[in-house]
Amino acid sequence: MKVLVLALLVSFVAAPVRAQDLVAKGRYQAVLGDCAGCHTAPGGKPMAGGTVLQTPFGRIAVPNITPDRETGLGRWSEADFRRAMRQGIGPGGKRLYPAMPYPAYARMPDADIAALWAYLKTVVPVRYAVEPNLLPFPYNIRTLMMGWNWLHPSPAAFVPTPGKSAEWNRGAYLVTGPGHCGACHTAKTFLGADRAMAFTGASLQGWFAPEITGAKPHGIGNWSADDIVTYLRSGWNGHAAATGPMVEVVENSTSRMTEADLGAIAVYLKDQPAGNDARPAARLPGGDPVMQVGLKLYQDNCVSCHGWDGKGEALIFPPLAGNAILLQSSAESLTRVVLEGAQSAGTKTAPTAPAMPSFAWKFDDAEVAALLTYVRNSWGNEAEPVSAASVAKIRVNLRGGR
Amino acid sequence: MAQLLPHKDVVIMGLGWTGAVLAQELTDAGLHVVAIERGPWRDTATNFNIGYMPDELRYAIRRELFLAPAQEAMTMRNNLAQTALPMRDYGSFLPGHGVGGAGVHWNGFNWRFFPSDFQIKTHLTKRYGAGRIRELQLEDWGVTYDEIEHCFDKFEYLCGTSGKAGNLKGRVVEGGNPFEGPRTRDYPNPPLKMPYSAMLFSEAAKGLGLHPFPSPAANMSRPYVNPLGVAMGECTYCGFCERFGCANYSKAMPQTTILPVLMRKPNFEARTECEVLKINLRPDGKTARSVTYVDAAGHEFEQPGDIILLCGYGMMNVRMMLLSGIGVPYDPVQGTGTVGRNYCYQTQGTGARLFFENKHFNPFIGTGALGATIDDFNGDAFDHSALDFVGGAGISCGSSNGRPIGNRPTPPGTPRWGAVWKKATAETYQNATGVGAQGTSYPVRGNYLDLDPTYKDRFGRPLLRVTFDFPDNDLRMSRYLSQQIEKIGKAMNPKQMAMNQSAKGWNSVPYQTTHNTGGAGMGANPKTSAVNRYLQSWDVSNLFVIGASAFQQNAGKNPTGTVGALAYWAAEAIRDQYLKKPGALVPA
Repeated sequence: MKVLVLALLVSFVAAPVRAQDLVAKGRYQAVLGDCAGCHTAPGGKPMAGGTVLQTPFGRIAVPNITPDRETGLGRWSEADFRRAMRQGIGPGGKRLYPAMPYPAYARMPDADIAALWAYLKTVVPVRYAVEPNLLPFPYNIRTLMMGWNWLHPSPAAFVPTPGKSAEWNRGAYLVTGPGHCGACHTAKTFLGADRAMAFTGASLQGWFAPEITGAKPHGIGNWSADDIVTYLRSGWNGHAAATGPMVEVVENSTSRMTEADLGAIAVYLKDQPAGNDARPAARLPGGDPVMQVGLKLYQDNCVSCHGWDGKGEALIFPPLAGNAILLQSSAESLTRVVLEGAQSAGTKTAPTAPAMPSFAWKFDDAEVAALLTYVRNSWGNEAEPVSAASVAKIRVNLRGGR
Repeated sequence: MAQLLPHKDVVIMGLGWTGAVLAQELTDAGLHVVAIERGPWRDTATNFNIGYMPDELRYAIRRELFLAPAQEAMTMRNNLAQTALPMRDYGSFLPGHGVGGAGVHWNGFNWRFFPSDFQIKTHLTKRYGAGRIRELQLEDWGVTYDEIEHCFDKFEYLCGTSGKAGNLKGRVVEGGNPFEGPRTRDYPNPPLKMPYSAMLFSEAAKGLGLHPFPSPAANMSRPYVNPLGVAMGECTYCGFCERFGCANYSKAMPQTTILPVLMRKPNFEARTECEVLKINLRPDGKTARSVTYVDAAGHEFEQPGDIILLCGYGMMNVRMMLLSGIGVPYDPVQGTGTVGRNYCYQTQGTGARLFFENKHFNPFIGTGALGATIDDFNGDAFDHSALDFVGGAGISCGSSNGRPIGNRPTPPGTPRWGAVWKKATAETYQNATGVGAQGTSYPVRGNYLDLDPTYKDRFGRPLLRVTFDFPDNDLRMSRYLSQQIEKIGKAMNPKQMAMNQSAKGWNSVPYQTTHNTGGAGMGANPKTSAVNRYLQSWDVSNLFVIGASAFQQNAGKNPTGTVGALAYWAAEAIRDQYLKKPGALVPA
């Protein structure tokens, strides 16, 4: 009896501590998975959803995953949650769209999913009904996803690669699992599944997520492992500054990861083969008339921050010389930054969050094209010229299609 | 009926320099802080866009960033015998508006006042006898330079100030200002590159045995990361500082120094386009309960808080105290009361315009605070025994801008328009510079701030009434300084020189300077100061009034550096003393 009482006491004392540990572990899983990136709307309550994602198939609103019983996950069991994370199937067999990156989350072990679930249960419940399915016919028919699931290989648990270090494998797990880097950086098929060539860059939500293979100079082949860690921790390194959707990823996820995990990601990424090394030699001569127009625009509008040499200034003005974002096959992000401006990430180690002003009001399409052609082909940069037509298209999209 | 809002630890009126410093320091101490700002949100890329910020017409002439009289006007008169009339537009001075306040449109001169400035009454009485200052209403500030030296340092490092120390821990350093108080370390950034005008001036001054040094500038002479981790860019000398927000992250403003960190804090909130109407006192009248404010839609709110901080422009702080019945209004006839007392300005207008031939001053190369200064004739850096005044001025020469509308110097006698003017303005643009004095402004009994008995604002509240004229002491100072400038000017060897000095009859129309000080002076004596040495109201213990309103007189220098230092000083007192034991920090 005494023993039993003691055991009960021990469990009574120890259990809350363990629960706290579990919640803390789960909170870190939420950081790794960047749940807030989609499920916390800008300025909204944590995990209450509501953000609308633009996908090639139409709009999807992000659901509320707070423990609210009516509008959130309050009635879900841990098993329901695990099934959603692994197979993309919600309670009652409701099929989730792979905008929720469950094919990546499927790699997470049971213990981590359990911890994440324990954490999500501690989030303040918010009554906020979101109708997620804003897709047009036929994509709004969720059962179609059964066909998609049948066509595409079942998501599988993470299997470490033998012969690689524990650190490499941890990095591989983070990048392909909870970090779901490929959700943005890997191009998709017409059905929205990953293409075979991973991390070679992809267009989504009006941005071009750049190549993050070891390719030079448009991948991150010129970055050291330390450069990768610095970038993910602060949103900045000597090569580039986080822009567009990556700002949110850095602020909510990578800047909050442990140094060990960032180091592991760097080791894994540094070991990725160059994806797209065959690049058209497209460098325009400086005397080209378009280059001349671009030079003048650059001198009048850009030099005061980015410098005559395109080198920028540490922690505030990103360099343009050698900056991979300038050298992508697609100038989509670059065009967008010039048209509507952009703000970099603000993090504990680099809080400035400097912003680039908008120039849409000032430059016409041909001027933007000339300027971008100039910066893509100066200071050693080489990339395809940008056409006024492509700028026009992006400008219209940014105005909501008008 | 105002809607009652949930309680906050700290409620701040105004999100300029002082509001941002206090919010940053007190959120660091773990407090929940809300700043209520009547102007709009402003940030660099959106509001100071490099593509349109260098628009002189929009910002310098039409003054887009400044307070408009429709929002808050003031009345003015020169003396008690006159009836004050509303200023139909701001002219002589231009209060800031919106997030960043005057910290957006300033030039960036980041000075420390002299040690003697803080004990002006004691110092001058000791040196020259009480008789010399009888016509003035000078008061000590209740704090010494040594006590706030670390606060000056903190503000200079926050701002990435470019300059050269002249006195490091008592050791005079060649090339710096030998008259400054001892500093514990040098400026965070080296001096800006000097323009040709300042070089000529410095050579001439040195030849006369004077001590020129680079003016301390919160314009970055190189890329800088401040102690909060916020990065600023190297200044491009574009010449669009004063009246402009900096498009290049090169001028210290709340936006480029504090706000990136502050705005991300979960325990900080800024409410813009919300105008504080009054501070509400508890029934005992000795503590404040809340502030009432109205938002852009006209809805009224009551925001309760444990600590209330008035961080508006100095004059607005004084008006808010008067509107809220805090402290005893100053009465210039009886000489009683403290709120509105010792309003001072800056004795501007003393200087020389110099015209040369075949020079290339390139005035378009400029920064707000670019140039050289001598302090040989400032404050009490020189012996006044044989003179008929006290005080002095910093004498400077530099290049702040060569903007095409405002910077059109022509020699005296040139017609104001027509072909002759056109020819003269083209010839003179590269050949003119100026040497100017920024003079001390000392308090007299008749210069003060109170509520206007007649004119009201759109909420029905009385306007602030400014009663001011340049005191005779200050005009005698101006005359003397003008003689000194004339010597320096001659030594610069111009073809022609035109002298100016200050004159009686302060006029609110032409721009002079936005250095309005006093009205809620700090000190050790509640009979002659509205706030104690920690800028805490003597009358309402959970109210701190922070800004140039606390100055007992204005020195011959731009006030922002001392405003910033006092903001850190007050924040320190709240954090280290008040939070541990709320109540009066100094017994009345």
